[in-house]
Amino acid sequence: MSTLAMSAHDAAGLRARHPQVFHRPLRQRLMAPLAALVTFAYLVFCFFFFDVPAVINNAQWDRASIYLADWYSWEATPRFRFKDDGVDLEWTRSLLGDKPNPDWIEKTGPQSYVSRFDGPDNSIEISPDSVVAIVGGTRYAIPVMAEGAALPAGAPASMSLKGGRVTVDYGFAGSAEVRNTQVYVRHRFFGWPNFFFDPRSSFFGMDAGQVWQAVTVGERFNPDMPNIKLMALDFLYNAEWQHLDVYDKLLQTIVMAFVGTLFAALLAFPLSFIAARNISANRAGNWFMKRAFDLLRSVDMLIWALFFVRGFGPGPIPGIAAIFFTDTGTLGKTNTEALENVDDRQREGVKSVGASPAVVHRYGVVPQVMPVFLSQALYFWESNTRSATIIGAVGAGGIGLKLIEAMRTNQDWENVAYMVLLILIVVFIFDNISSAIRSRLIGSGGH
Amino acid sequence: MSSTTLPRRDAPLSNELRAVHEHYRGLLRTRRLYTVLGGLGLLVALGASLWFADSSNAGEFFDRLPYFFDFFIHFQPDEPMEIVRALFDLPSPFADGSFKYDYEVGRVYLSGDLYLPEYFYQMLVTINIAVISTLIGLVFAFALSFFAASNVTGSRAVRFAARRFFEVLRAFPEIVIAGMLVAILSIGPIGAIVAVSVHTIGALGKLFYEVVENADTRPDEGLRSLGANWLERVRYGFVPQVLPNFVSYALLRMEINVRASTIIGAVGGGGIGEVFRLSIGRDHAAKTYAIILLLFVTIIGIDWISGALRKRLVGQSAFQFGG
Repeated sequence: MSTLAMSAHDAAGLRARHPQVFHRPLRQRLMAPLAALVTFAYLVFCFFFFDVPAVINNAQWDRASIYLADWYSWEATPRFRFKDDGVDLEWTRSLLGDKPNPDWIEKTGPQSYVSRFDGPDNSIEISPDSVVAIVGGTRYAIPVMAEGAALPAGAPASMSLKGGRVTVDYGFAGSAEVRNTQVYVRHRFFGWPNFFFDPRSSFFGMDAGQVWQAVTVGERFNPDMPNIKLMALDFLYNAEWQHLDVYDKLLQTIVMAFVGTLFAALLAFPLSFIAARNISANRAGNWFMKRAFDLLRSVDMLIWALFFVRGFGPGPIPGIAAIFFTDTGTLGKTNTEALENVDDRQREGVKSVGASPAVVHRYGVVPQVMPVFLSQALYFWESNTRSATIIGAVGAGGIGLKLIEAMRTNQDWENVAYMVLLILIVVFIFDNISSAIRSRLIGSGGH
Repeated sequence: MSSTTLPRRDAPLSNELRAVHEHYRGLLRTRRLYTVLGGLGLLVALGASLWFADSSNAGEFFDRLPYFFDFFIHFQPDEPMEIVRALFDLPSPFADGSFKYDYEVGRVYLSGDLYLPEYFYQMLVTINIAVISTLIGLVFAFALSFFAASNVTGSRAVRFAARRFFEVLRAFPEIVIAGMLVAILSIGPIGAIVAVSVHTIGALGKLFYEVVENADTRPDEGLRSLGANWLERVRYGFVPQVLPNFVSYALLRMEINVRASTIIGAVGGGGIGEVFRLSIGRDHAAKTYAIILLLFVTIIGIDWISGALRKRLVGQSAFQFGG
């Protein structure tokens, strides 16, 4: 603000005229640094309260990168076993089907193989009498003896020895582990494996054009049903991705939020008229209703959910009930506040022409509060679509339970990614629907 | 209608008035049609939803309803005092060496004979998770919200990016973040803190930038006319105006976060949520009711404190909800 030219006289005048700006009391001036100090002290306390150093030290960071990579990539894991007379290629938990023949593994002789990681410069050659790792174009012969493998001379940093096993790290493309009995290759690929069809499907390994051809003009794979039906079934019952089950659970979550919020809104509507001081004159009724709302609200959604799960068994019903109970309290409270703030002139107008109490409420009160009620209900519908996921995780069904199950295995992170993507899409759609309706309601000024 | 006699209801209308009248009737018809159609649609959706929910539940609603009350009847402590003993970790006269009555085991000794009962300690963990997540969320949302507000940031692309960022953070399922971190860090509150913080950044960010967009721009115009740079404009033109609202929203968020960290605790984040899930899962009625009592009182207390603080900060407009 150097452009501001002001004489010393002017400045003194300003100071004199606005002492509250230039000479604030000590308490006010100390407020900001004090708040910062308290916050800092609290952070230090939390640092030790939660024992952050120990947690960081004991964390398994190597797992973190593997889990994260599993979100968007997968591994093919061939094993090259040394037998008496040669090398056997074996597949464990193959995602490539029964008899995979990928182009990155080449049989170079009767008993020798080459497994390539992105190109010939990064590959490993396996034959009964030698294992040669090629890293960045340089060849390293890894000695394999009966007691284990050893590091070659001048081994690069990407090779490491642990317990008689030499691991060659090829970065994202994967790794090869050389043991005295076998070479275990992990080759990582970008994408989700077998997303459409699992290896048991007749459509496995086809590209889009081939599938189209099979569906339109191809011969039936299964004489009992047309190919298009087979395709749909193979997709929905894909063993690795369980598309049908995921959609079913997602629908359960949506239903939980929808039904729970709708019931809560329907029940909170009449109850809030009882609770509002200016609508019903019964003081005891007002007080009782308000405390009931507080009780429903303050017993947490989690508690309701766990209770109802014990009562009704796992599934969406406990989820609906938990959302219904909590939100009857919350919506009841907000509705009551809206009712207590209504403009009395409209009621008086309706009353003055001799209308009955019911009619007074219908035409004097409801038109004023309806947009607020509806917009609150929509808001909670939207936010419950999110919280229904978490409620599901404690047993109330839906996608939450499925997410927790997928995460417990620590291997299906790609399925977790898929479900997260679906949840994000659903939440975005519902957010937009709800905010579109809400802006129309508020925009129209309440009928 | 200046005359004292009102026109009769069926009195003939002038052509212009009739046109207005017809138009009004038409509008009314359309509105009624929409209301009826909307109501029908809602009913159909509700019916389908209920059928779907009932058929995909492990036990069907009406079959299970009697058992539900059974559960409530059987789920009772041996005597009411047991709840107090469970709450304060006092020895139980029913003790038989099982987990059900091992109230003293959870004591957290501070010094000598002075101890903190287990559930109070766990509640403290949960509250701390909520407070620290709110702090983290507040800091990041504060810094980022100005980039999402149209009256502060001119670039459409920056605004778009900031808003979508908040949206993704808000919608990203918390249990996934918590679950991922539990897998890496093993069970503990750090996962819960990160999960709740991420959500808080998204939720507060949205509320904050809306506050900034509603701020009075005259201080900003004054500063701009003096040649203030972007940072100075934000610091002196906006922050003093929006700070009370920001703090009020953060307090509101803290109330929500206490609940959120309880739930996250139940799925592996530690704290009171976890002990609650264990005790209800093992049918330990006294412990369960003790925790419910503690949670109930804590949540009401926190709501009350934060409500009072917010009222002081922003007056009567304090009561609003944040997702």
